[in-house]
Amino acid sequence: MGILEVKNVGKRFGGLQALGNVNLSIAENSVHAIIGPNGAGKSTLLNVLVGKLIPDTGSVMFDGQSVLGRKPYEINQMGISRVFQTPEIFGDLSVQENMMIPCFAKRDGAFAMNGYGSITSQQDMIDKAEEMLVNMKLADKRHMHAAAMSRGDKRRLEIAMCLAQDPRLLLLDEPTAGMARADTNNTIDLLKQIKEERDITIAIIEHDMHVVFSLAERITVLAQGTPLVEDTPDKIKGHPKVREAYLGESQDAA
Amino acid sequence: MLGLSKKDAGLLAIVAFLCIFAPFLLNPFPEGSAMAQFNAGYPDLMQRLVIFGIFAIGFNILFGLTGYLSFGHAAFLGVGSYAAIWMMKLLTMNVVPAIFVSVLVAGLFSLLVGWISLRRSGIYFSILTLAFAQMSYALAYSVLTPITGGETGLQPKYTDPRILDGALPAGQSPRANLFGLDMKATTELRLGDWVFTFNAGYYIAAATMLLAFYLSIRIFRSPLGMMLRAVKSNQQRMNYTGLNSKPYTLAAFVISGMYAGLAGGLLVAMDTQVGAERMFWTASGEVVLMTILGGAGTLIGPVLGAGFIKYMENIVSKINETVLEQWFAFLPDGLSDAMVAIVYPFVGKGWHLTLGLLFMMVVIFLPGGLVEGGQRIGRLFRSKKSEPETPDGKTTPAE
Repeated sequence: MGILEVKNVGKRFGGLQALGNVNLSIAENSVHAIIGPNGAGKSTLLNVLVGKLIPDTGSVMFDGQSVLGRKPYEINQMGISRVFQTPEIFGDLSVQENMMIPCFAKRDGAFAMNGYGSITSQQDMIDKAEEMLVNMKLADKRHMHAAAMSRGDKRRLEIAMCLAQDPRLLLLDEPTAGMARADTNNTIDLLKQIKEERDITIAIIEHDMHVVFSLAERITVLAQGTPLVEDTPDKIKGHPKVREAYLGESQDAA
Repeated sequence: MLGLSKKDAGLLAIVAFLCIFAPFLLNPFPEGSAMAQFNAGYPDLMQRLVIFGIFAIGFNILFGLTGYLSFGHAAFLGVGSYAAIWMMKLLTMNVVPAIFVSVLVAGLFSLLVGWISLRRSGIYFSILTLAFAQMSYALAYSVLTPITGGETGLQPKYTDPRILDGALPAGQSPRANLFGLDMKATTELRLGDWVFTFNAGYYIAAATMLLAFYLSIRIFRSPLGMMLRAVKSNQQRMNYTGLNSKPYTLAAFVISGMYAGLAGGLLVAMDTQVGAERMFWTASGEVVLMTILGGAGTLIGPVLGAGFIKYMENIVSKINETVLEQWFAFLPDGLSDAMVAIVYPFVGKGWHLTLGLLFMMVVIFLPGGLVEGGQRIGRLFRSKKSEPETPDGKTTPAE
């Protein structure tokens, strides 16, 4: 049993069968990549996992509990954090505040009416945020407006915010899309470091084959809404069906 | 001090100073002088300045922090007023139960309105709140006449039960009081040509506003305040960080509704009457103007905005043609007439035109409102002292 079990999930948008019959099992503490050509249903699958979409058929179990019908914040509280394609951070807030919000969410749950005590009196939250900022090399930017940071730093902050909640599963949606090669490599190194430091399962949806083959332990190839094949990176590279369906279009990427 | 940072405590002290010495500060011109009509230090206006300050402070907790623009907050002010007047009719002319119940009733009503309106965001939320307020207004005017007095409104009457007060002596009208202290009790201080008025009602309202301002600082600096700013900044990230943004916005909505109810209750405490026009949509629009003019999302902005607009409404609107002729009398005849003709549309009944132009200029040139204007002037002075700008890009949101 994997930490995430997707069984027979189907989703139809009008005439388009976005997800056919998806079965997927992500093993605990693995790095699992989901790849596929445009329109393969990667994003739809991700949105099902985080509660943004409810599938027409099938089940999604996280650690033995169904996630279907739960709101995104409830699924997050179960231990699934999501990193978006374009970094989603609190742009109007300082970097330090950005870092404190997930700490509060972890400690106080989905809603806490704490309107009287000052933030500055919450020393444990400040310390925890500071620890994350130092760890992620963002400490010198703590008073900066988050929106004023570079794209790479925003990505780093977003990942840091997700990690501050100690998630069991980290979902990354094309984390290096639109990044320069240097930033992409930094992100790969960061994710490798995270994997070494903590017990965490990482599921990554990615176009960039360099990222996928640098990180993934298992790869699932989606095509036209159904998993074509699932295997180790080495096997995927040479798999004839994959070459035909996906890599065939871009030989250089492999 | 009081659990506030030095800077916030300073701000509170400034507001307290302004409140305490308002009778002097607002009456800078000697009685009978040509400028005397710019004096705003009379009880009725001073009370309005602080009461609408409370209204705007509360509105800012919703709009300034979460960015949800309500166009129906006058409904909560009105409901608070009706609740207060009924306390005065049924229970006692003491303002304490009236104000307490006005906050409570407005809070419950805003819970209902907020719970429904917050199903939508953006323009749809604004329209829903506007619809609720206009419904309340229309109901108060028509169907609910037995409760609201309809067009004539409500006032405490000699014949009201008032179970906690003893029977009034014949011929005496019921007067609002705080444990016996009449709201209209006034002392005058004459210093040469200057006359300063100290009014019990004003100081009670001002003390309430200080308390309201203090609580709003606490909310701004609390984890709740940070979450409310997070709602404004990025609701998507909030929901994917395990936070349910809906109860947060609802809490802000109810808190601001309670502030509006408090303002409504105080209006009744000062001037014991209510009419439905208090809930009309222009009254809801006015508090939006106050907040934006002063600086939405800032602590002191709404207070400044409320003071500014209420001052203009009461002072600029009083300048009539005769006054203008006096002002320009020193000019040659033709020129004087021309000046009067030019200025006239902007004063008196035309004060809305002046307000509108000022509002447009603030929104275009000072999007942060009067507070931003103050900050720019402050920076100008500081740079003259050749103090180096801190280059760390440090920003202080929600100042």
